[in-house]
Amino acid sequence: MFDLTLLTVMAGAAILGAVAGSLGCFAVLKKQSLVGDALAHAALPGVCLAYLVGSAMGWDAKHPLLLLAGAMATAWLGMLAILAITRTTRLKDDAALGIVLSVFFGSGVVLLTYIQKGGAASQAGLNRFLFGQAASLLPRDVAVMAALGGAVLIALAFFFQAFRVLVFDRAYAASRGLPARRLEVLLTTLVVVTVVVGLQTVGVVLMAAMVVAPAATARQWTDRLPRMVLLGGAAGALAGAVGAWISSLERRLPTGPIIVLTATALLAASLLVAPRRGLLWAAWRRVRNRRRVRVENLLKDLWRLGEMDLGRFGAPRAVSDVLAVRAAPPRAVEDARADGLVRVQGPLVELTPAGLARAGRVVRNHRIWEAYLSRRLDIRDDHLHRDAEDMEHALDDEVLEQIDQALGRPAMDPHGRPIPRGMPS
Amino acid sequence: MSDSLVILLTGAFAAVACSLLGTFLLLRGMSLVGDAVSHAVLPGIVVAFLLTHSVSALPVVLGAAAVGLLTVFLIETLVKTRRVKADASIAIVFPALFALGVLLIARFLDQKDLDLDCVLFGEITFAGLDTVRILGAEVSQPMLVLGGAMVVNLAFVFLFYKELKLATFDAALASALGISPVLIHYLLMGAVSVTTVASFEAIGAVLVVAFLIVPAATAHLLTDRLWLMLVLSAAIGIASAATGYVTAIALNVSVSGMMAAAMGAFFVVTWLLAPREGVIGRFVARRRARERFALALVLERLARQPADESELMKDLAWPRERLGEVVATLRRNGLVELAGAAMRPTPMGLGFLSATAA
Repeated sequence: MFDLTLLTVMAGAAILGAVAGSLGCFAVLKKQSLVGDALAHAALPGVCLAYLVGSAMGWDAKHPLLLLAGAMATAWLGMLAILAITRTTRLKDDAALGIVLSVFFGSGVVLLTYIQKGGAASQAGLNRFLFGQAASLLPRDVAVMAALGGAVLIALAFFFQAFRVLVFDRAYAASRGLPARRLEVLLTTLVVVTVVVGLQTVGVVLMAAMVVAPAATARQWTDRLPRMVLLGGAAGALAGAVGAWISSLERRLPTGPIIVLTATALLAASLLVAPRRGLLWAAWRRVRNRRRVRVENLLKDLWRLGEMDLGRFGAPRAVSDVLAVRAAPPRAVEDARADGLVRVQGPLVELTPAGLARAGRVVRNHRIWEAYLSRRLDIRDDHLHRDAEDMEHALDDEVLEQIDQALGRPAMDPHGRPIPRGMPS
Repeated sequence: MSDSLVILLTGAFAAVACSLLGTFLLLRGMSLVGDAVSHAVLPGIVVAFLLTHSVSALPVVLGAAAVGLLTVFLIETLVKTRRVKADASIAIVFPALFALGVLLIARFLDQKDLDLDCVLFGEITFAGLDTVRILGAEVSQPMLVLGGAMVVNLAFVFLFYKELKLATFDAALASALGISPVLIHYLLMGAVSVTTVASFEAIGAVLVVAFLIVPAATAHLLTDRLWLMLVLSAAIGIASAATGYVTAIALNVSVSGMMAAAMGAFFVVTWLLAPREGVIGRFVARRRARERFALALVLERLARQPADESELMKDLAWPRERLGEVVATLRRNGLVELAGAAMRPTPMGLGFLSATAA
């Protein structure tokens, strides 16, 4: 199943993914995700020029080293053009990127058609630089990719601290005497090399995804840069290898697009399920939170009815009366019963001991917070309630205890209602 | 109509249609959203092609344009989750959709239907071959579609000029006046989608970015007035299309590629030569400002107390030749006069000083 050809392709794609994924972290954090895209497009004329020069000189014009050297030259030129445009005109980054991307690519297309129309039978096969043609990767291509990629990773490791400061706080980096501008050029140069590594595998047009998607994937799993860089490299390598493998399963599954789609799928999954940042977790937390607020409000309303009934907190109440206090949804009773906080008997509902304790705590939180707002922050009494309604669910016991202590354990809230402490009899 | 005229007109229509929208994209800092949309419409085009077997019929244009709007919406949704920044969202969404399009082409189409290379840079030279019959005359379909796109965009910019201008330069004021910037944004994006799809057959998904951005950027270096920028970018677009066509035919290379390269050439020339924004213009302006400053500095010293050249030397500590030059310029222009051995500013010199100090 895994023959040498496939392994070669998978190795090439994994190298590309690892290098682009780890370096991409810096591009993404620096909000320069599209630089890779522009530079990849800018590499096209270089490939063609190298081929033309190579054939004119009688060299092996299709040798990967020659073509990639050409690619690197014009991609680097593209980078200088972007810098020069933003620095000497009033055009913004996005315009500079768009100009370089499209004009360089247009020139590349001109050269490409020139080669194809003039270049007799050998056809050069330069088209594979457009969409990549991983299936045609030879061991010598992978060797070149590994050498270039290795150089990028070594440079990345060597300058890691400097890049880290540069990415998070450029002004601080400059004040520490780091050559910020030169470091930026170096970082972009590394992007150039990475882009060149990817040309034969995913091509100029899809290269942007390899720089950005694995890095954005890694970002979902961690807040720490070293870990993010490692994860980005791993995600990229995984997408590369798996994508290459999938595309080998059947005919007419082009490798470049499959790799890109794999990397995107990896990102989509991470966006959904990554711990803490994952959208599904966030949605789950929201649902849980809403449920808790619902239940606690019901308990509080039961408590208030008890207060009005001369302190008979545990007495059964009509469900309809309780729900009527704040037009609560009937679900609230169901949820509270499921949590063992209330007992329901026919049309009546009463607090269990656990429910009573929880209700007392919520009411206490509410009233201590009101007392705090009123006494310490001088907020008018008729403005207190709304804020306390939110905070009663959010305050944790430790903070509340400190506030209570600081206020000297008041007996009443600003509206003159008792603040419950301990279990009512 | 001769083939070359058809190609020329097709290119010119595309240039005008694109540069009108590109001007607003550029001013709104959204150049790369145009790039994203032009790539991302590919799966829409492929699906529409599979259904109708045409790449420039009206339903295809509208269907694929819907995908363009979907792209913008997806990018914005991704940004709103606050898990990915705006630039990364663009760089994630459009390659994914583009990859999907390429995959669809590889799976379901043959070379003869829709050439992959053609996806990237179109094939404007076929504009004369792909014809439809209208009123008994054979008319080039890409030319017709791009002409239509141009008319639609002209109408859009003409009818919504005030709204576009306000929403671009002061979105808050626009909302206060009851113009929804969001609606304008989506209208503009809809127009960009339709235009990139319409351009697809002739100039392809990548080169359309040049048509959108480069003439607009060139015009931006030449003027501050919005209407003039629109006119100039359209004119530069047409000129580039014509130059590119002529050159490409002479060299027997890709016409649309050469058009994009010609746009680049116009940009570079303008970048160097533009009166105020150009590299040379700025260099000259900076030199002139430095000269005025030097003159004003010496005049200011003389206004406090007349002095001769050696006293000036002591105070200013400039190289002797430099001071000599400045003093010579001052005297030649009648800004200082001799009072005995010392120099003092003339009334004209004082006037120059106060004008420069202000």
